[in-house]
Amino acid sequence: MKAVEVHKLRKEFVRKDGRKRVHVEALRGLTFDMERGECIAVLGQNGSGKSTLVRLLSTLLLPDGGSARIFGHDIAETRAVRRMVNRVSVEASFFKKMSAVENLAYAARFYGLTPRETRERIPEILDRVGFPAARRTHAMENLSRGTQQKVALARALLTSPILLLLDEPTTGLDPRSKLEVQDFIREVRLIHDTTILLCTHDLAEAEILAERIGILDDGRLLCLLPADEIKLLYGAETLEEAFFAATGRAFGHEVEAA
Amino acid sequence: MRAIAVAARHELIGLYGVVERNWYLVKRYAWWELAFFIWTIANTLSIVFISKAANLSPAEENRLTTILLIGAVIWSYLGIIFEILTETVAWERWEGTIEYTFMAPLSRPVHLLGMGLFAVAYGLVRASLVFGVVAAFFGLHMPDANFGTALLVLGIASVSFIGVGMMTAVLPLISPEKGTQLGFMAQGVMLVVSGVYYPVSVLPQWMQAISTISPATYALRGIRSAILEGATPADVWGDIWPLLLIGTVAIPLGLWVFRRGELYAKRHGKLKRSG
Repeated sequence: MKAVEVHKLRKEFVRKDGRKRVHVEALRGLTFDMERGECIAVLGQNGSGKSTLVRLLSTLLLPDGGSARIFGHDIAETRAVRRMVNRVSVEASFFKKMSAVENLAYAARFYGLTPRETRERIPEILDRVGFPAARRTHAMENLSRGTQQKVALARALLTSPILLLLDEPTTGLDPRSKLEVQDFIREVRLIHDTTILLCTHDLAEAEILAERIGILDDGRLLCLLPADEIKLLYGAETLEEAFFAATGRAFGHEVEAA
Repeated sequence: MRAIAVAARHELIGLYGVVERNWYLVKRYAWWELAFFIWTIANTLSIVFISKAANLSPAEENRLTTILLIGAVIWSYLGIIFEILTETVAWERWEGTIEYTFMAPLSRPVHLLGMGLFAVAYGLVRASLVFGVVAAFFGLHMPDANFGTALLVLGIASVSFIGVGMMTAVLPLISPEKGTQLGFMAQGVMLVVSGVYYPVSVLPQWMQAISTISPATYALRGIRSAILEGATPADVWGDIWPLLLIGTVAIPLGLWVFRRGELYAKRHGKLKRSG
């Protein structure tokens, strides 16, 4: 059984452009699959459809066409899918006045973890992500972005997902925090055999963490291959050159459309 | 059978999680809680003092004071239930946590019920404290009061309040700011038509018609009868059965409305973080 099977997945949004309503296609018939334990990275500029893909797979959006299955379950089977999936997004969204421990306890309860279980697991997992023990009870608003992102990773892992969706987990982090998060992603794969879909802006990160790399451009998946094969395919020496050759654009930052 | 038991256990733990989360928030905003409590006391006093200016006999003044106090306290209780249900959804959207809540394997009825349960427990504590403090301030005499009946009526009414709260909670799901505004408007309409500080009979006919579908109308009438006349549950059956009826409709309707709102938000990508 494939970990992820996506077939002609489509999603569009309606945006207001002055008085007019404009239909924007965020994903245009995406097709790919993932093996259990595999890590793939999806590269794309802002607005290319990366976050839309992650939100569809995490049941936060309804598709307009096509299908997606996670370990054999259609994403419409929300209850089954939600037990298997968790997500870390670019924004470490928390109740800012609550502490890391309180935020994690809240998230864990939704996955059936009792107070007795979380009393042991939360400190354990916070230690693993390198969260300082002395700050466990501090309000999230007093923590740096890098530290908040570690708590976001801890939140995802606390629920033991077999599919982890990482939507730009290291964007905006300082180099040290970025390396720590990347190390942790590697560790999760090795220890838990978690399947990982990583959406990133960071070409080097994609190359070191993923077995296959996909280039998503304007809602279309242009390729999904190992880094070396992508370079070969586009006659490029670096992934950045390959991205440019594939999309006709440099790897820059634009405004997210969806 | 075992699968059902496991699923039920998960739902119960999730329910506890929602209540626990709201408790954490109350603790973290303790100074705001104190400020709101003092504001509610001041607001209630300013309403109840109206009875002092009415130049009534001591017995009549005691009665009017109690009527106004019950109105102010029940209104603040209702406000707390609406606020917790509606504002928590708006809050989760501002913080961005709504996506994590909605992608968790917890059923929506249990999620909303958890918020409702916390709101009722918290509202009861706040309302009892306000009632006690203001009653003591005015030295009110309630020799016939049947607090058991009053609590029973309030408990039954709370089911309807939660149902209506679920309906207003869907608004910030679609638009955080506008949704909160609409929630306030819905609450305001209920304030006018339910006879919070005056009998419903003084309202124009069309407003009286609206008051018949407001659970607050029956809650206020039943609680006033219980506290002023010592009415038993049998005596206030005329207020209890409409509350049971409204509650039976309001909860499924509230869940249905919320579910529709959730699907709309998922279809149009409205769950994304705001602000």
